[in-house]
Amino acid sequence: MAEISKEQVKGLAKLARVGLTPNEEVSLAREMTSILNYVSELNEVDTSNVEPTSQVTGLNNVLCEDRVIKSEIGREELFANAPERENGFIKVKKVLE
Amino acid sequence: MRDSISILNKKLVQYDLNPVQLYQTFLQRIDKTEDDINGFVTVTTKEGLSSAKESSKRFESKKPLSKLDGIPAGIKDVFCTKDILTTASSKMLYNFHPSFDATVVKRLKKAGVVMVGKNNCDAWAHGASTEHSDFGVTRNPWDLKRVPGGSSGGSAAAVAAGECVFSIGSDTGGSIRQPAAFCGVVGLKPTYGRVSRYGLIAMASSLDCVGPITNNVEDAAIILEMIAGKDENDSTSVDLPVPEYTKSLERSLKGKKIGWVKEFYDLGLEKEIGDGLKYAKQIFESLGCKIIEVSLPHLKYGVPVYYIIQSAEVSSNLGRFDGVKYGFSAVKSKNLIDHYFQTRDEGFGQEAKRRIMLGTFVLSAGYYDAYYNKAMRVRTLIKEDFDKALEKVDVLIGPVTPTTAFKIGEKEMDPLQMYLADIFTAPVNLAGHPSISLPCSFSAEKLPVGMQIIGKHFDEETILNFSHMFEKLTEKDKWRDYNTVV
Repeated sequence: MAEISKEQVKGLAKLARVGLTPNEEVSLAREMTSILNYVSELNEVDTSNVEPTSQVTGLNNVLCEDRVIKSEIGREELFANAPERENGFIKVKKVLE
Repeated sequence: MRDSISILNKKLVQYDLNPVQLYQTFLQRIDKTEDDINGFVTVTTKEGLSSAKESSKRFESKKPLSKLDGIPAGIKDVFCTKDILTTASSKMLYNFHPSFDATVVKRLKKAGVVMVGKNNCDAWAHGASTEHSDFGVTRNPWDLKRVPGGSSGGSAAAVAAGECVFSIGSDTGGSIRQPAAFCGVVGLKPTYGRVSRYGLIAMASSLDCVGPITNNVEDAAIILEMIAGKDENDSTSVDLPVPEYTKSLERSLKGKKIGWVKEFYDLGLEKEIGDGLKYAKQIFESLGCKIIEVSLPHLKYGVPVYYIIQSAEVSSNLGRFDGVKYGFSAVKSKNLIDHYFQTRDEGFGQEAKRRIMLGTFVLSAGYYDAYYNKAMRVRTLIKEDFDKALEKVDVLIGPVTPTTAFKIGEKEMDPLQMYLADIFTAPVNLAGHPSISLPCSFSAEKLPVGMQIIGKHFDEETILNFSHMFEKLTEKDKWRDYNTVV
């Protein structure tokens, strides 16, 4: 039986960059444990000689010509959704203290 | 209000109606019903009217763009629409105005379609009830205490309530077919790769499909013809010719073979759903079809495989929402890393967080092989099951959902119960096959019962043909005259 601890939840949240409240940590540990136990029924399937499938229509390495395509969308339009801007750039919070 | 696209087109061509009048009729209907249904996040009043006016001019000069010219449609709010609010029903995108149209939207605009609004859904298309929208729950037009299904619940409810002629939805594990079944309308999930995903806010990229929700099968055929085909901007879209789907709807089904999947009935099915399917079987037999029992031995692993693969892809696709480039942005953060944590804490709801966490777990070192890789291997077996069964028969017929529409609040507290709503639909996404959901009867409580017809890869023609013939033969049935409560 897989058992997800509160500590594991905290570790995963850090990897995924998701802030969680202490209550969410507890409920996620419980829910993830229950979901992982449910999916563990896959262990009864013998897959030793089975290849994994990540694509169902058989396409493989679809490449395009390596050339510059002029965008129909202007810079101003593209930046219009940015929460903070300065001097034509998107502004981010301080990276180093 | 439930006229087919062909009938509406005829009226427009003969000047019995003009696109502005048609648009206004739907707008009035939206005004009257939206308080009850809540099928839209945004009603595009200004844009709708101006495109209806453009369309009117085209009809006046006898130059309509297509059969869809002037037809009022909804678009699920997970498709980017240029300069029109696109939220994915999540607070994270409460202010996002895309700078481009999704390919499917672009193609519909080119055909002259008039957009009436953006349909509500579960946030990020995560869910089977539309209860997980940050813009309020959508209610089922057949019983306002019940869910419309999900995640394209707003689309299905809006079509069923006569708020738009059709809507474009997305289907990752059943999100077009299940709400269509709950709302008594037609929902088509084309083969993976048949319709471009460009501009669809990605949920799980190896499973996401784009398709129409309509009042009848012919409408679905007309729309698919317009939106299908290769798109340079989606490298997984497939370069195959697009047939004229409307031309093969009336083909005779004499001697055609239908696969009756025995495992569908082992997984727990409400009696009235089973009765609906038996009825469909009789209809198809009367059309000269042969029923052959087939087996999908790995079907029961569909939901566990789906939840591993889907969460993994969700956790990666939702990585881009960081509060820097667009969308919700936390205000109080002191540095960049803190900004990411706060934005994603406040912007994502419970279900998105659950899936990001689960996906991060199954992809993490030490668990990748046991979960993700295992699921991808079982996915191979599921796909092989479908391929083998469809070597022997033309289509598979089965249920869409284990039950009719459930009550609002009934499954909200238990994520696992909600996931099981996808038990008959998610396996089809894993295998990639096309599948259509259409009403086949009603329950004693007057709730719609749907059936699912699954075809071979890229053979949408055959499933549309089967569904159309069923619809035609049952058009005089009593339940066809039932009315929604709004």
